[in-house]
Amino acid sequence: MKNKADLAKWVIEYAQKHGADQVSVSVTNQRQVEIKYREKKLEKLQESTQNGLTVRIYLDSRYSAHSTNDLRRETLEPFIREAVAGTKYLSRDEYRSLPEPNYYPVNMENDLKIFDPAYETIQTKQRIKIAAGIEKAAMAASTDIISATAGYSDRISDIVRVHSNGFEGRVRGTVFSAGAEATVDDHEGGRPEDYFYARTRFFNELPDAQELGSVPVHRAMKKIGQKKIDSGEYDMIVENRAVSRLLGTLLRAMSGSALQQKRSWLDGMLGQKIASEQFSMIDNPFLEKGLGSRLFDGEGLAARQRPMVQNGVLKNYYIDNYYGKKLGMELTSGSSSNTMFKVGDKSLEQMIKAQKRALLVNSFIGGNSNSTTGDFSFGIVGLLIENGEIVQPVNEMNISGNAKEFWQQLVATANDPYPYSSLRTPSMLFQNVQFSGI
Amino acid sequence: MQNKMDRRTFIQHTSKGMAAAAVLPGFFDHSGGAPATKEKSLNDYYNMFGVDEKTVREVMSTALSRGGDYCDLYFERSIYNSAALEDNLVNRAYSDIDFGVGIRVLKGDQTGYSFTEEITPKAMKLAAKTAANIADSNKSADSAGLLYHPVPNYYPVKRKWQDVTIDERIPVLKDINERAFAADSRVIKATVSFSSSSKYVLMVTSEGKVTFDERPMGRVGVSVIAEQNGRREQNGYSISGRYGMEYLDENNIARMVKEAVSKTMVLFDAVKPEAGEMPVVLAAGSSGILLHEAIGHGMEADFNRKKVSIFSDKIDKPVAENFVNIVDDGTNPNARGSINIDDEANDVEKTYLVKNGILRTYLHDRISANYYNVKPTGNGRRESFRHVPMPRMRNTYMLPGPHTKAEIIAGVKNGLYAESFTNGEVFIGAGDFTFYVKSGYLIKDGQLTQPVKDINIIGNGPDVLKDITMVADDFRIDEGSWTCGKNGQGVPVSLGLPTVKVSKITVGGVNS
Repeated sequence: MKNKADLAKWVIEYAQKHGADQVSVSVTNQRQVEIKYREKKLEKLQESTQNGLTVRIYLDSRYSAHSTNDLRRETLEPFIREAVAGTKYLSRDEYRSLPEPNYYPVNMENDLKIFDPAYETIQTKQRIKIAAGIEKAAMAASTDIISATAGYSDRISDIVRVHSNGFEGRVRGTVFSAGAEATVDDHEGGRPEDYFYARTRFFNELPDAQELGSVPVHRAMKKIGQKKIDSGEYDMIVENRAVSRLLGTLLRAMSGSALQQKRSWLDGMLGQKIASEQFSMIDNPFLEKGLGSRLFDGEGLAARQRPMVQNGVLKNYYIDNYYGKKLGMELTSGSSSNTMFKVGDKSLEQMIKAQKRALLVNSFIGGNSNSTTGDFSFGIVGLLIENGEIVQPVNEMNISGNAKEFWQQLVATANDPYPYSSLRTPSMLFQNVQFSGI
Repeated sequence: MQNKMDRRTFIQHTSKGMAAAAVLPGFFDHSGGAPATKEKSLNDYYNMFGVDEKTVREVMSTALSRGGDYCDLYFERSIYNSAALEDNLVNRAYSDIDFGVGIRVLKGDQTGYSFTEEITPKAMKLAAKTAANIADSNKSADSAGLLYHPVPNYYPVKRKWQDVTIDERIPVLKDINERAFAADSRVIKATVSFSSSSKYVLMVTSEGKVTFDERPMGRVGVSVIAEQNGRREQNGYSISGRYGMEYLDENNIARMVKEAVSKTMVLFDAVKPEAGEMPVVLAAGSSGILLHEAIGHGMEADFNRKKVSIFSDKIDKPVAENFVNIVDDGTNPNARGSINIDDEANDVEKTYLVKNGILRTYLHDRISANYYNVKPTGNGRRESFRHVPMPRMRNTYMLPGPHTKAEIIAGVKNGLYAESFTNGEVFIGAGDFTFYVKSGYLIKDGQLTQPVKDINIIGNGPDVLKDITMVADDFRIDEGSWTCGKNGQGVPVSLGLPTVKVSKITVGGVNS
């Protein structure tokens, strides 16, 4: 493929020549390798490269978007002509236009360290060896393993974005992922399973094979003997990596579209207390090596660090270009970058030790939430804590509640922000949560 | 200006005549300018992808050049269109064109895979070499001569999406919007979406099979936000399937709007049930999500081959009452999960998971069918040419039973009637599964009473199958737009159920 920026500019020019007022184009290229390793041999080896082009067209206050993976000029030409022609049939909407250029970033020099130059030197043999090592570590972790599959994958991506009103940006990034999933025999017909996958921006920052292989096995072993217990109100610790499912009850209600469409329980709550003092959430796009780090978002809006919730007070919404204009609100960004939280000073283990009787939730299963009313209900898998000790694995139970009250019930966060996600959630302790079981 | 334009949909070509096709050579036009309404031949498919028998056999020879046992090529071209209405304006549209070939090489149960978006002999051979690396000998094999494998048509369509223009779609969106506001004065917002896709696949295997399929998909949905005394509630309804424009008739549109509006209004009176175990009556239709999660995934043969499913050691054993019959079926006319042929070029069928209460057949792909030495069931599916096939469900449902809905409800003293659902999940080893109830009713002394909303139900697959104590005669397949996710791949499915009673299952709620 020719230079991406030149291609993007040609698309803009061609679309404008055929009647578009404003145009934005992104061109992406991504190479991905994925390996699965099981029973001491490769189970799957996949390697491929893919391309994509997305064009957004603004024409007389009308808007449409189109994508294709065929980047040949002779096929792009009719594609763009059709896209422009089709847009003319849509309704006029005065809020449809590209962001004003003052929202675009000025400084594009800041190196966020999301690209690992070592990527190019990694051979497939090396990747296979890593996966083999993880599988070996997993199989060595217990004699009760029914099946363990190790995985390794990496990807390199290159995205160029150009807007007709003056934005031009490029993002090159790498992501490495490795880990395993394991199923163990509980000797009563049940086959508890668990997984652990680390994701990093740099190859040499993946945990070692021993950790990647043994953690899922140990997690699965802890579930042996799991059962449901009595329904009731329990205090609940949610393990760091599981908290993200709960955050959906907040994040989905914080978007510009939810507010404008009156589908948000957080409508009109800016500046008000929506969670306990212990809850502070920052959107930090500039975190070095962060999985969500960026200088601009998917609409070209310059990244800025923003408090989203501060000591329980709602400070910002996620406002994109279109809904910002429609709501008459200042644009922030329609999407989160790295979501970071105020952490406490205790470890998860210390938190567990301090509980008289509580449930530690290690993962959620299914469930959903209602962004309009805040109602939620999720299935859980976890461990019962009594007098600071884990006494019983628990499953087949639900929690239910309403986000309006639930986030006020947060009493502490641990000191363990989860590093392998753009949602860097610490473990959290909530009081008086409704559990249903027997 | 726009009034003079040809009537055509976004991106995809209307193919109303040769003149239009000539203006846009070879892009959306589906095979050298043939009208979309004309049925295509194998040659049309070869032309669409710019290949011939000689080229594909050469690519397969390259794929098998390192000692692989088997290879297949999966050519795909898909065209997706959507338009949506919000705040009374059709103010957004989106389209996507996707094109490529996936090359798979098998060595025993090991898979080598690559794909290319550039369908030239050079690019395909490069991808074939990459996939070939799953094997590591120098033994090469020639692929067999190709024989065309005909497929049935489980999704006859009267008006193909390729022939439905954007200016024909816009009035549909506006009409649904007007109906939603007219239905109830409490409606304050409505969003309406209309999407369709046409997917063309050409499959070639090293065993000498060549076949193709054209797969239509339509989806229309409306989401409603209503306000009453300062309180807001939201719900929606969608209809989806492998149909054409003819499906969007007065009956179907009217029903969709009625369901969306009534299912929103009922939420104003809804409460949360008491937390804990109780009898649950599942309404006919979308309650089939129970089967999808409680047994369907656990019966996918890859999980059983690896012995990680709770059902791994239960074949030929009784798992439910003898009036319980559960199938996974790829042949239901125009259903969302139907396929004329699976994505490994195997014929589809109606597969019994449970027959007269006995666990019968896993859902197989090629690898697992070889492992168990059985005939493939036609469940090898994939999201696109970028993905390897694996055992996946199609339309999963329970056949009618001996009871009636009225007697089932009448027999419950204190329980829950679950009516509409949004999503579910399963841990296939432990058998825990859940589904989320968007709306339903409490049952008191055999009567439906107060509405309930937003609660999760959780159970254990084998336990719940045993606890199915009544099955009614009112079976229907759901028309909603279900997509099943597994290992990062989404495929369209459907599900269905007659009214069913489960004697006890854990329901989310509040503790008194």
